[in-house]
Amino acid sequence: MAKLNMVKALNLALLQEMERDGDVIIIGEDVGVDGGVFRVTEDLHRTFGSKRVIDSPLAEAAIIGTSVGMALYGLKPVCEVQFSGFAFQCFHQIENHAARYRQRSQGRFHCQMVIRMPYGGGVRALEHHTESEEQFYAHIPGLTVVIPSGPRNARALLVSAIRNPDPVVFFEPKALYHAAKEEVPDESEALPLGRAQVVREGGDLTLIAYGAMVRVARDAAEVLAQEDHAECEVIDLLTISPLDRETVVASVRKTGRVVIIHEAPRSFGPGAEIAASIVEGAFLALEAPIRRVTAWDVSFVGFARERAHVPDAGRVLAAARETLAY
Amino acid sequence: MPRKPLEPRFSVEYLSILDADGNLDSALEPAIPPARLQELYRAMVLGRRLDERMVRLQRQGRIGTFAPIKGQEASQLGSAFALRRTDWMVPSFRETAAMVWRGWPIEKLLLFFSGYVEGGQPAPDQHDLPVTIPVATQLPHAVGLAYAAQYRGDDVVVMAFFGDGATSEGDFHEALNFAGVWHVPIVFVCQNNQWAISVPLKKQTHSRTLAQKALAYGLPGLQVDGNDVLAVYAASQEAVARARAGDGPTLIECVTYRLGMHTTADDPTKYRSEEEVREWERKDPLTRFAEYLKKRNLWQEGLEAQVGEEITAAIQRFEAVGPADPLRLFDHVYADLPPHLAGQRDDLAAWLRRGPNRNPEPEPPSPPMRGQRQTTRWQS
Repeated sequence: MAKLNMVKALNLALLQEMERDGDVIIIGEDVGVDGGVFRVTEDLHRTFGSKRVIDSPLAEAAIIGTSVGMALYGLKPVCEVQFSGFAFQCFHQIENHAARYRQRSQGRFHCQMVIRMPYGGGVRALEHHTESEEQFYAHIPGLTVVIPSGPRNARALLVSAIRNPDPVVFFEPKALYHAAKEEVPDESEALPLGRAQVVREGGDLTLIAYGAMVRVARDAAEVLAQEDHAECEVIDLLTISPLDRETVVASVRKTGRVVIIHEAPRSFGPGAEIAASIVEGAFLALEAPIRRVTAWDVSFVGFARERAHVPDAGRVLAAARETLAY
Repeated sequence: MPRKPLEPRFSVEYLSILDADGNLDSALEPAIPPARLQELYRAMVLGRRLDERMVRLQRQGRIGTFAPIKGQEASQLGSAFALRRTDWMVPSFRETAAMVWRGWPIEKLLLFFSGYVEGGQPAPDQHDLPVTIPVATQLPHAVGLAYAAQYRGDDVVVMAFFGDGATSEGDFHEALNFAGVWHVPIVFVCQNNQWAISVPLKKQTHSRTLAQKALAYGLPGLQVDGNDVLAVYAASQEAVARARAGDGPTLIECVTYRLGMHTTADDPTKYRSEEEVREWERKDPLTRFAEYLKKRNLWQEGLEAQVGEEITAAIQRFEAVGPADPLRLFDHVYADLPPHLAGQRDDLAAWLRRGPNRNPEPEPPSPPMRGQRQTTRWQS
């Protein structure tokens, strides 16, 4: 058991999975000698060499495209896209091929591969370094979209993603890379994909979040407990798609009130699908309209206005109070 | 300091062995055993006749849209012929003849072009990727396969096919670049058929050849007469041997011509002249190879009839396949069907159970809604 931040926890997952399975290889820009721009792959090239930890030429489409080919052959590539904002240059390889090969070949081939990408705000960087794009991938059949919220679940989910027989897009919240340390067991552990976790129980209001927004939701829940004597249930989705509708619906059936929080723009975002699932599964339990606290429907072009753009506990609190009072 | 040329000078060669008039450069003639030459010719004839039959089937509404290969038999078969069964073939969408040679049953390809996803399933022991439709996107896959083979230490060569239009796509350039940097066992075969739907080569690139694009990536590039099956085979054999020996990738540009339409949904008379097509018909790859075989006393009587019967039998098997089971829509999306897809599958199954008249489903007993009093219905 060691106290690790998310970067170190992810590194541990990679190290242990590579030790366990010789077919697991890493490919991306600067992932070798440099250890990745966020150091998630640090030192792995020393242990496993440059054939298994590949410093690729700078081309996202070919990183994913060649990984698809490797996966078709039976390897298990873990690809790094340096920032999720650059992944549109490989989006076609993900949508057209990684996600479809199992179906196209009727099970003869599949793509056991993980596409890691740092996403979200919190690093005060230029355009294309701060966006949240999970909604694009969540819409694609055949993909699994995973977003951890802390060091321990990041490690356990990455282990599951690497072992998952189908492609996983693994978004890493940059804001949490170094935000906190957590006890992470030395022994490998895995968390099931497609399952949300109730991280705080309560009967008055359900807050649904993932990634960096889980912390925001928990902060708001603390304040509501202290100041409003309202007990929030906080759900950490962990997997965005396929969505764990069961956990979401069960909670809303209990509380009747819900606020969904995400960093992606609102319209057609994950919140829309979550809200629709709630209406389908818990319509008669609803006591108030479903609220969404999200980034605005604008492109993210500069970190000077990031605080006004990305949801914070204050905005969640306001929405929660309105929902409770409805 | 004066400018000076860099050494070595970059150069691209052109290879032709058997020209359109049947002239043979016997110094370059590849040593192919007679039985193999006959097999190669048979595959070319089969490819041509199947193509013609498929166009008719499409016109009759018995299969869907497909991309004919007529005129490109030498390009795709001379190259694929240099592979072993354990090597990998990565097609685009205009390699029907080569796919049949590689072992795809004809009825499976007909199913594929009839919208049955089952037709895209390679046999378990087949080292072939299925058809890829978005242009050039299969090329990085081929490089990845080659990397994986090299990583595992397998004696495998990968051959990837694409057209002239694909050389404008980013994936083509990225694939060649990665292949060069990784020095993987791969042969890139460009079937330059002069037309990317309606766009001629001169609007596709300002390069004099497509082969020279290899030079930018530090790879050898060779242009061959793509209607000369001996030249295509010789070039491919050399490139495959180089890849197998660990000497890296090669780009081969086969200069050929699409005698038919881009797909059966295309009308080439809109963008190219009859004269141009006739000029290329004169260079037909089958005619000159047939002459060559006759001169070598390798001509087989009855081949046409035999090939025709094979195709007819395959069409019969294809047409005996029943309608597509709608519920198979949900197969192989994921390794295991996730709950939301299981629900959608149930929805579709329920809808189908209502039959062609869409009869309402018998209402299942439902618990009362909140606030609703449970009452007993009158019995009639």
